[in-house]
Amino acid sequence: MEDYRPDPDELLAAIQKDEARQQRAKLKIFFGMVAGVGKTYTMLNAARQLQSEGVDVVVGYVETHKRAETEALLDGLEIIPRQKLEYRGTILEEMDIDAILARQPKLVLVDELAHTNAPGARHIKRYQDVIELLEAGIDVYTTVNVQHFESRADAVSQITGITIHETVPDSVLDMANEIELIDLSPDDLRKRLAEGKVYVPDRIETAANNFFRTGNLTALREMALRLTAEHVDHKLQDYMQVKRIAGPWKSGERLMVAIGVSPFSEKLIRWTRRVAYNLEAPWLVAYIETSRTLSAEDKERLAQNLALARNLGSEIVISAGDDIDEALIRLARQRNVTQIVVGKPQSSRWQRFLRGGSLVDKLIHASGNIDIYVVTGDEPEQTKPRLPLPRTVQHSSWRQYLWAIIIVAIITAIDLLAFNYFEFLEYEVVGLTELFAVLLIAIYIGRGPALLAAAVSAISWNFLFITPRFTFEISRLQDLILFGLYFVIAIFTGNLTARVRTQERQARYNADRTMALYTLAHETATAVNMEDVLGTGVAQIEHVFDAQVAIILLQSDGRLGREAHNCSTLQVDEKDFSVATWVFEHGKPAGRFTDTLPLATAQFLPLLTPNRTVGVMAIRTRQNERLSFDQEAMLETFTYQIALVIEREMLDEAAEQSAMLRESERLYTTLLNSISHELRTPIATIAGAASSLANPQTSANGEVRAELTRDIQDAADRLNRLVENLLDMSRLDAGRLKLKLDWCNVGEVIGVAVKRLEKCLSKRPLSIQYAPNLPLVQMDFVLMEQVIVNLLDNICNYTPPASPVEIRADMDEKSLVIAITDAGKGIPPEEMERIFEKFYRVPGTATGGTGLGLSICRGLVEAHGGSLTVENVPNGGARFMIRLPANATAPPVKEASL
Amino acid sequence: MSEGPLVLIVDDELQIRRFLRISLEANGYQVHETNSGQDAIVKTAQLRPDLIILDIGLPDIDGLEVLKRLREWTKTPVIMLSVRDSDRDKVAALDAGADDYLTKPFSVEELMARLRVAQRHNQPQIEEAVFTAGDVQVDMARRLVTKKDVPVKLTPTEYGLLRLLIQHAGKVLTHHQILKEVWGPEYVNETHYLRVYFAQLRQKLEDDPTLPKIILTEPGVGYRLIGDE
Repeated sequence: MEDYRPDPDELLAAIQKDEARQQRAKLKIFFGMVAGVGKTYTMLNAARQLQSEGVDVVVGYVETHKRAETEALLDGLEIIPRQKLEYRGTILEEMDIDAILARQPKLVLVDELAHTNAPGARHIKRYQDVIELLEAGIDVYTTVNVQHFESRADAVSQITGITIHETVPDSVLDMANEIELIDLSPDDLRKRLAEGKVYVPDRIETAANNFFRTGNLTALREMALRLTAEHVDHKLQDYMQVKRIAGPWKSGERLMVAIGVSPFSEKLIRWTRRVAYNLEAPWLVAYIETSRTLSAEDKERLAQNLALARNLGSEIVISAGDDIDEALIRLARQRNVTQIVVGKPQSSRWQRFLRGGSLVDKLIHASGNIDIYVVTGDEPEQTKPRLPLPRTVQHSSWRQYLWAIIIVAIITAIDLLAFNYFEFLEYEVVGLTELFAVLLIAIYIGRGPALLAAAVSAISWNFLFITPRFTFEISRLQDLILFGLYFVIAIFTGNLTARVRTQERQARYNADRTMALYTLAHETATAVNMEDVLGTGVAQIEHVFDAQVAIILLQSDGRLGREAHNCSTLQVDEKDFSVATWVFEHGKPAGRFTDTLPLATAQFLPLLTPNRTVGVMAIRTRQNERLSFDQEAMLETFTYQIALVIEREMLDEAAEQSAMLRESERLYTTLLNSISHELRTPIATIAGAASSLANPQTSANGEVRAELTRDIQDAADRLNRLVENLLDMSRLDAGRLKLKLDWCNVGEVIGVAVKRLEKCLSKRPLSIQYAPNLPLVQMDFVLMEQVIVNLLDNICNYTPPASPVEIRADMDEKSLVIAITDAGKGIPPEEMERIFEKFYRVPGTATGGTGLGLSICRGLVEAHGGSLTVENVPNGGARFMIRLPANATAPPVKEASL
Repeated sequence: MSEGPLVLIVDDELQIRRFLRISLEANGYQVHETNSGQDAIVKTAQLRPDLIILDIGLPDIDGLEVLKRLREWTKTPVIMLSVRDSDRDKVAALDAGADDYLTKPFSVEELMARLRVAQRHNQPQIEEAVFTAGDVQVDMARRLVTKKDVPVKLTPTEYGLLRLLIQHAGKVLTHHQILKEVWGPEYVNETHYLRVYFAQLRQKLEDDPTLPKIILTEPGVGYRLIGDE
């Protein structure tokens, strides 16, 4: 039993693949060896069948090639009008993907999967349109020939001698839920061709003699049959894994292919893919970055190679190092690679000797238990880039060589002068100065120029200085040895120094990169809000990539914002927004230098976190050129980092909001509880008293009547106070409170407040004391009066009747202090701060308060820039202290001219 | 039948109107009511009331606007009804010519006091030569101020303030009004003058300057002088 248990990871992968296939709409590929076998015909027949069964079928794009029997089948099927694109004056027709997405059929027919779209279409390739349709939940029927699959393209080229430009990644084949092979024997096909059922008459001849040779057709047929068989086999294996059927489990192999900038790498990638696929083994593509500067053309080809690898479903690993073999072995060990695929070296034996052996030799030497595959390949014709891309002018290295010669010439000239002038100078000294020049060139210019300088200086030294001078002859054996040694030392030191130099450059470059990342991580980590995070992020990217950047964030409604964040430095127009929206919805890069919407002016990257897309970043370098591969990798790291901090900020904001919501919910509940009680009590009193008054028997008694009326009055007062408190509170909370600051006489404020509470205070010993010469202080008279009224009102309500009250106003340094002291029980020390909280009431206090008064007081005083505190006084009682800033002095007062 | 003064009540709340009617009629006033500003203007023209009680918040025209239109052609005393938060409205109403205001909720006593003052000021009367408030006496003709029969020395500004208040005794005067009358129109914003001079006046006239009984502060609005009636 144990043996049959599949590896859980693989099982999961198989299930996920299965689920993905089910969730995604269904893809059926009508597959043929070559044009003319009847794929479109079969597809249309199948579609008609489904339509007759009531399935909602539309034709997205079908090319009939004017074949009459095929055209007849289109009758009765709904055809989505094609999109018309203008490109350099010609109108090109393409499938209108937006129209199909809007139409939302159950099934769409898309002919010729490998087609390359006209510039201006959303995607470069039609299969990308198909993937988008599938992702939108629309089933797709499509057709394709075997020669168009990436992994078969070069084999087909070899067989037929025709280069295949239009290819489809094999991963699309993997996506297919069903593959129907339209098989036709080569003879039948040739017959059909001759009957004019494949091509219009004038092309029949050429086609029959070139592509449609029986030999070609047989080979292509075999390839198609094999590809179909492989696919069926894989599906069977997946099925067995999911159903836990024991079977031939995967080999446990892992392949890694080393690629470079050479067009030959393309073949390596395809070869590895094919082998990996057959082995059911994971594979990865490794590129080792060296200190060598790549030309724009190299960069472009590298990007194409890597794009191909990605299309074929490979993982891509980039590492840096000048020793490619070491780096490859290191990577292989890290990734548990069992087989390394490399290309057969094309360098000459001499070159290999100079480098200390070929890459293959070194790899084999260091590989240990890792297998090394060496794959040969003829140099394929150079593929042209799909779109005209801007190229950088590389400073040509002949200048460097020229400089090397100039330096050697100058040193030699100086030596020559000195040699003739100073008798004591020997030619050995001259040799050393020349050696010094070679070293300098190695350090500052490079290896090649240093080697040239070594050779040139050795010869000139011999010719100009070694006796007999002005001949290439060397008479003495000692001189011959000296010359030989010079030559060897010059070459070695030049070589070594240059190497040290490039390593140093590489190290510095790596350090710069690490530093840039560190700076970004550090600065964004310490940023306190979204503005900061984006500001620093944008600034860093601008700095490192010399580019303009725009960031568009996810909005709280889950959609992409309609405008770029104001930290952006790149203008984003309406068209760009549609690209950004696409990027956001699909979580994939688009725009310039990508396969999707490549005509956009900037490159758009999704800001992806493990959870979601938090926004889109648009970037355009100032030179408006493609980022180098390592730059792109770095940019990816940058965007990831920025996306993470953006998400962190978003989560923070959300958490803050939900905390605020919870708090306001709590307050709301407390408010309701408190208010319903506070409102009902006086209302009950009023209602009760009023009904008693309405009763003739009760109201006949004058004393009772007076009592009831007083009750009503008191209850109304209480209600009024409550409403006033609530209004004050809501004004404070809403931040709508506007202070009307005036120069006020604090005595006057206190006087008014005391007068308002005359009724209750008149029964108490009240002492009001002002320090002499109190200045006018700026405050809002009405609000400050309200504060004092609230404090005094509390005293009336919560301290024994007839207990004394003391009010003092003094100046303390630069503030005015109003102290209101009662003779009650004081405040329990642990409640000192809590009493200022909203709705908080000291447990056990008499009913008849909302717990709002003190909170309002503090709010009002703080709005004045002051503070409200409480302390207990020694012999019982509490003292509330209002401190108001009194830095300024009132302007002088003028007598009236009466 | 000696008919009492006619009061026009302008308020859109039925309960308030009823409560005012009952209280006023009990105190010998005749009452007319209306619930709209438009109607108030028509009724004032038709009935020629002696007093108008006008709510600041009316459904059709703003009470303040009604006041302004009335003041274009009549000097009939107007008492505004307002709520606590609307200091600005109160001041605006007073500056626009309202005679006084009452803050809801108010007591019947307050209302009656206001009405009496407003009525008195409306009657053409001979300036009383002597004003009395408790133990304070002001002999306007002799410019003599005494407290407990002891002469009190006032500066010209203080005296000017006091005289203005006496002329409008019982009525509230806004900061603007006082500053404009005493110092002149260019000083209407110098409220701190008032803080200083009223403190001085209280010092000289009140028994307990911390709890004034003669010169009252109307928070956020102005000052009011209370004399013996």
